[in-house]
Amino acid sequence: MQYNEIINPGLYNYWIVIFLMMIGFYIVIARGNLVKKLVGLNIFQTSVFVLYISMGKVVGGTAPIFGEGFEVFSNPLPHVLILTAIVVGVATTALGLSLVVRIREAYGTIEEEDIHAQEEDF
Amino acid sequence: MTAHLPILQVLIPLMAAPLCVVFRHRDIAWIIVLLVSLISFVISTMILDQVLTQGVISYFMGDWPAPWGIEFRIDAVNAYILLIVSAIGAVVAFYGRHSVTREVPRDLIYLFYTAFLLCLTGLLGMTATGDAFNLFVFLEISSLSTYAMISLGKDRRALTASYQYLIMGTLGATFYVIGLGLLYMMTGTLNIVDLHAKLLDMDGSIRTLQAALAFLTVGLSLKLALFPLHLWLPNAYTYAPSSVTAFLAATATKVAVYVMLRVFFTIFGVDIFEETGLAPVLMTLAIAGMFVASTVAIFQNDMKRLLAYSSVAQIGYIMLGISFLNVTGVSAGIVHLLNHAVMKCAAFLAMGCFMYRVGSVQIEDLHGIGKKMPWTMAAFVVAGLSLIGVPLTVGFISKWYLIQAAMEADMMPIALLILLSSLLAVVYVWRFIEVAYFKEPANPSLKIKEAPLSMLIPLWVMAGASIYFGVDTDMTLGVAQLAAEMLVGGAP
Repeated sequence: MQYNEIINPGLYNYWIVIFLMMIGFYIVIARGNLVKKLVGLNIFQTSVFVLYISMGKVVGGTAPIFGEGFEVFSNPLPHVLILTAIVVGVATTALGLSLVVRIREAYGTIEEEDIHAQEEDF
Repeated sequence: MTAHLPILQVLIPLMAAPLCVVFRHRDIAWIIVLLVSLISFVISTMILDQVLTQGVISYFMGDWPAPWGIEFRIDAVNAYILLIVSAIGAVVAFYGRHSVTREVPRDLIYLFYTAFLLCLTGLLGMTATGDAFNLFVFLEISSLSTYAMISLGKDRRALTASYQYLIMGTLGATFYVIGLGLLYMMTGTLNIVDLHAKLLDMDGSIRTLQAALAFLTVGLSLKLALFPLHLWLPNAYTYAPSSVTAFLAATATKVAVYVMLRVFFTIFGVDIFEETGLAPVLMTLAIAGMFVASTVAIFQNDMKRLLAYSSVAQIGYIMLGISFLNVTGVSAGIVHLLNHAVMKCAAFLAMGCFMYRVGSVQIEDLHGIGKKMPWTMAAFVVAGLSLIGVPLTVGFISKWYLIQAAMEADMMPIALLILLSSLLAVVYVWRFIEVAYFKEPANPSLKIKEAPLSMLIPLWVMAGASIYFGVDTDMTLGVAQLAAEMLVGGAP
């Protein structure tokens, strides 16, 4: 596909961002399962990745590599930033999951309600 | 050599962290931590000296000039925050040897020290950097290592506390990134000074700017535990090992406050900030926090939890000062930031001593402790008086200037509210002091000795500092005023 045939997506990406963000946020708040909470957190973070990647995209632009016939380039900086943010997200998820493993060892459950119930018996 | 001080400040703890893992030995790790934190402290004093004599230091990473490359930019504001963080790091490192051995599982101690160094790296980096996205990366370095350190507490509830903090902290950091993304959309830059320059011509009524400010504020409020976003803090402080609590209470929330100051005053500038009408909201939340958190503190039976709620209230005072938006208010906020770091560190270090000798910080286990551990208890009394704001302690200085700022802003009722909320502090501090001195111990046959000298010295360094800076205010107040004038005056 030629680059000039690409249709301007308008605000489509940003609607997706908001949609994902709210889904993720809702899961983090509403779910009691500790793993599901982390899944929600990941969806929430992913929405931010999409936000950054969308804002760096220039309509009709290509990757910022000089070559014949290419004059319009997308902004690579937000994309690079998001590489960093993805790494941070992976580290957070890894740490979160390892905490869940330890919580399961200590409490025998990963449901928030059951954990609270055990604390109250204590 | 001196030209590279800003990066060495961050790089030395970062490089030393893997060393602890290489040796896998708790004593060697402790020596590394002690050395590194002392070196960091020396470097931060040198940086401060350089800033005060030669003005702002601007260090270009890899020699890429400012708006394109990452810049470390150190002025009077962050030079002092660097000094506080590294000083408290050094004190806690010295203190930690006994306390950590008692409270952290033996085979994990070297990993604990690794996390401690990484946390120090992150906090110093957040303070030193002049690039808003770089700041996020350092924020996450410090947060991730903090979660790990909290989860090393002996109680299994440390795990859930750490998990809760991880969820809330990540949400906060992600909110910060969203806000930053919106700012980047508007300006195309991430350098803090450059952001300010680009935002100067913009109108504060632009929606994207307002959304950006809202996201940044909520994200950072989560990190600094502004009421009602403080829910992670009480559990995290209660179940973390004592030296971690002392370190975090004195540094982590304070650095987050510093970042907030940067966002409000250096990036947005006082004019746009005022235009968005965020200040009255912050003021309301700050005052609500002062009262609600202090009231909750009164009913706690766990001393660490009591002090944690008191921290939330004290953060209210800091934010109240900032929300006045005048020089006196902001300098009161900054001076309380320094002062609260010192007194809360002392209070939590005293709790660490009780934990070491008694094995508990429940109030009923500490009956009559004042006779058995007189030095530790005396240090706590100093810190407690400071929390209340008794004259000759640092707490008094902060409250004095807060009240002055309230009067300057023509808000007498707020000055009264500050006094009233101090009465709540009297109640929760007195509750413990009374039990510790006037109640007979529940189990008199139990032999409890005074804490070891290696814990008492750091404790008294902090307790002494909270008296010293209450009498000789030239340094702390001078800095705070200088910083406030720089921030509110609009000079980047």
